[in-house]
Amino acid sequence: MNILLYKVSLLLYAVTTVLYLVCVIQNRPGRDRWARIALLSAFAVHSLTLLMRYLEAGYTPITNLHESLSFFAWTIAGVFALVNWRLRMNVLAVSTATLVLVLMLFGSVMPMHVQELNPALNSLWLPVHVGLAFLGNAVFAVAFVAGVFYLLEERMLKSKKFSALYYRLPSLDTLDMVNYRCLTFGFPLMTMGIISGAVWAESAWGTYWSWDPKESWALITWFLYAALLHGRLSIGWRGRRAAIFAIIGFVFVLFTFLGVNLLLPGLHSYSSMAGS
Amino acid sequence: MDIFVVGLSHKTAPVSVREKVAFAPEKLAEALHQLAQSPQLAESLILSTCNRVELYAGGPDCGAGIRALKEFLAHYHHLSVDDLDGHLYVKQGEEAIRHVFRVAASLDSMVVGEPQILGQIKTAYGHAAEQGTVGLILNRFLHKAFSVAKRVRTETNIAGNAVSVSFAAVELARKIFGSIEGKKVLLIGAGEMCELAARHFVNNGINRVLVTNRTFARAEKLAEEFSGQAVLFENFPDHLHQVDIVLSSTGATRFIISPEMVQQALKQRKNRPMFFIDIAVPRDIDPRVNDLNNAYLYDVDDLQGVVNANLKERQREAELAEQIIEHEIGQFQRWMRGLDVVPTIVALRNKVEQLRRAEVDKTLGNLKHLGASERKAIEAMSAALINKILHTPTRVLKQAQQQEDEEAQLCVDALQRLFDLEIAAPEGELKSMDDH
Repeated sequence: MNILLYKVSLLLYAVTTVLYLVCVIQNRPGRDRWARIALLSAFAVHSLTLLMRYLEAGYTPITNLHESLSFFAWTIAGVFALVNWRLRMNVLAVSTATLVLVLMLFGSVMPMHVQELNPALNSLWLPVHVGLAFLGNAVFAVAFVAGVFYLLEERMLKSKKFSALYYRLPSLDTLDMVNYRCLTFGFPLMTMGIISGAVWAESAWGTYWSWDPKESWALITWFLYAALLHGRLSIGWRGRRAAIFAIIGFVFVLFTFLGVNLLLPGLHSYSSMAGS
Repeated sequence: MDIFVVGLSHKTAPVSVREKVAFAPEKLAEALHQLAQSPQLAESLILSTCNRVELYAGGPDCGAGIRALKEFLAHYHHLSVDDLDGHLYVKQGEEAIRHVFRVAASLDSMVVGEPQILGQIKTAYGHAAEQGTVGLILNRFLHKAFSVAKRVRTETNIAGNAVSVSFAAVELARKIFGSIEGKKVLLIGAGEMCELAARHFVNNGINRVLVTNRTFARAEKLAEEFSGQAVLFENFPDHLHQVDIVLSSTGATRFIISPEMVQQALKQRKNRPMFFIDIAVPRDIDPRVNDLNNAYLYDVDDLQGVVNANLKERQREAELAEQIIEHEIGQFQRWMRGLDVVPTIVALRNKVEQLRRAEVDKTLGNLKHLGASERKAIEAMSAALINKILHTPTRVLKQAQQQEDEEAQLCVDALQRLFDLEIAAPEGELKSMDDH
C-alpha cells in the first residue's frame, strides 16, 4: 500500500515540477494556482505514504536509504511549501520540485519493502534525532536553491547581461532574505539534531560522541553554518558570500547524508543500500 | 453591415503629412457631424493622435464607405485624395477588426506596450458617443477593443518592463532591493536626467533624499523640491554609507567616487547593497566600483542596454498578445454574424405569425357555431404547428452563427429571399432575443 502511495506521490511531484515549469515559462504573475495545488497534494499524498508505512512497519520509517530519501524529500517539500506560501517564487519552486523529484526517483530504485527494525534503533530517540536532522537539512536545501539563484542573478546584474531567467527571478534582497531565514531556522534544528543524537548515543552506546564518520562530517557542516551565522550577524556577510556558504554548506549536508552512508562505514551504517 | 478603417500612422506617414491631417480636439465635434452626413456611413469615429489619424466606420457597402472616408479626410483638410493615397492604409472586415484591436492593445505603437493609446481611443470614442455618430456596431466594436486591450495587459507582460532609461533605473533598484520604499537616495549634481530619475524614485516610494552640489545653493533648492536634505559637496563621502542609491551627474572631468570610498561605505553599512547610477558623461564614478561585492554600478550605456533588453522582452510578449487578439477576432465576428441572424429569425417568426393569425381568424369566422374550448384548441393547434415548423430552422441558424464559416450568411440570404423578409435595422443586443 505505502509503495503504491509512494509512486503516486512521485508522480504528483513530477506534475508539480511540470506545472511550475509552465508557470515560469509563461511568467504571468498570480497564475500559479494549479502548480500550488499540485505541490500541496503531492505533499499530502506523501504524508499519507509515510503514515501508512509507519502503521505497516510499526516504527518511524527512516531506517534505510529508501525511507531516508523519502523522508528527506518530504521535509524539503514541506519546508518549501511553507517558504513559498507568501513569497511565490516559481523559479525556486521548479528547482526545489526537481530536487525533490530526484530524491524520490533515487528512493524508488532502492529496496522498498518494509524490513524488521534493527533493535538498536528501537527507541523514541529515532524520530526525534533523525526528524530534527532532516528538517534542518531540508531548510538548508531551500537556502541552497536560493543561493544558486542569488549567484546567477547577481552575475547578471553585475555583467549587465540579462537572460530570460532574469525577468523571472525574485529580487536579490528576497533571495538573500530566504537564505538568512533558512539559516536562522536550519541552524537551531541542526544543532538540536546533533545534541539529541549525542544524548541518544550516550544511552545506547554509552558515550556522547564516538567520532564515527557521520558525526565528524555533521560537526564539520555545523561549523560551516556556525561560521556563516556568526559572519552574517557580526560583520555583515550577506549577499554573494552568504549564497556561496549556503551552497557549500548544502554540499556538505548531502555528503553527510548520502556520501557517508554509501562510502564510509561507521556506527551510523544502518541506512546503507541493503538497509541491514 | 461591415466595419472599415482608413488611416495613417507613424509607420506609413512622416510627421509632415500627419500634422496636415490631424484633427484639433476643439473641432472634432464639427468634423464628426460632417462625417456623419455621408449616406455611406451608418456609424463613424475619428481617432487623432500625434502618431496616427484613423477613421473607423460601419456601413452597408465597404467600397463606397471607404471612398467616402478617404474623400472626407482629404477634403476636410483641403487636400486631394491623391496626395494622401500613398500614406493611407485601408482595412475592412476581419482586417479592420484586427487592426483596431492591435492599435488598442498597443501592438502598433511606436513603443510597443505603452498604454497611452488606449486612453486616446477611449477619448475618441467618448467624443463620437457624445455626438451620436456611433451606433450598435461601433459601440460594441470599441467596447470589445477596450476589453481586448485589457486582456492583453493582464495576460501578457507587454508593459511589464521599463523602456525609458530613468524608469529602468527604478526597476533595477527593485531587482536589487526588493521594495525601494524607505530606501535613501543621494543626488550628486543637478543634471536634468538626474532630476528626472530622482523624481521617478520619489514617485515610486522613496521619501528620503540627500542632495549635494558644488554650488550649495542649488543643492538646497533641489533638496527643497524633494523635501530632502542638502549636504556640502566636500562632505558627501561621509554620508555615503547612509544611502542605498546614488544618482550622479556632475560636470566633473575626473571620477568623484572611488572604489576605496565605496568599500569604506559598504563596510560601515555592513555590506547592505548599494546601487550607483552614473548619468554623467564623462563618468563620475570609477567603473571599478562595480567589482565590489554588493555594489552595483550602471552608467548611461548600461541603462540603455537594459532598455534594449526590455524592448526585446516586450516583443516576445507581443507575440502572445497577437494570439489573444486572433481569438477575440473570432468571437467578435460571431457576434457580427449574429446581427444578421437574429433579425432574420425575428422577421421570419413575425411573418409566419401574421399568416397564422389571418388564416385562423378566417376559419373561425366561418365556423361561428364552435364553442370557446374548440376555438381555443384551434388556436393552440395552429400555434404549435408553426412552432414545430420553425423550430429546426431557428436552431440551424443559431448553430451556423456559432461556426466560423460563411454558412450563416448563406442561410440568412436564402431565408430572406424565400420568405421575402424585410429586415428591420437591428437595435437591441443579441441577448435581447429569447430562446423559443
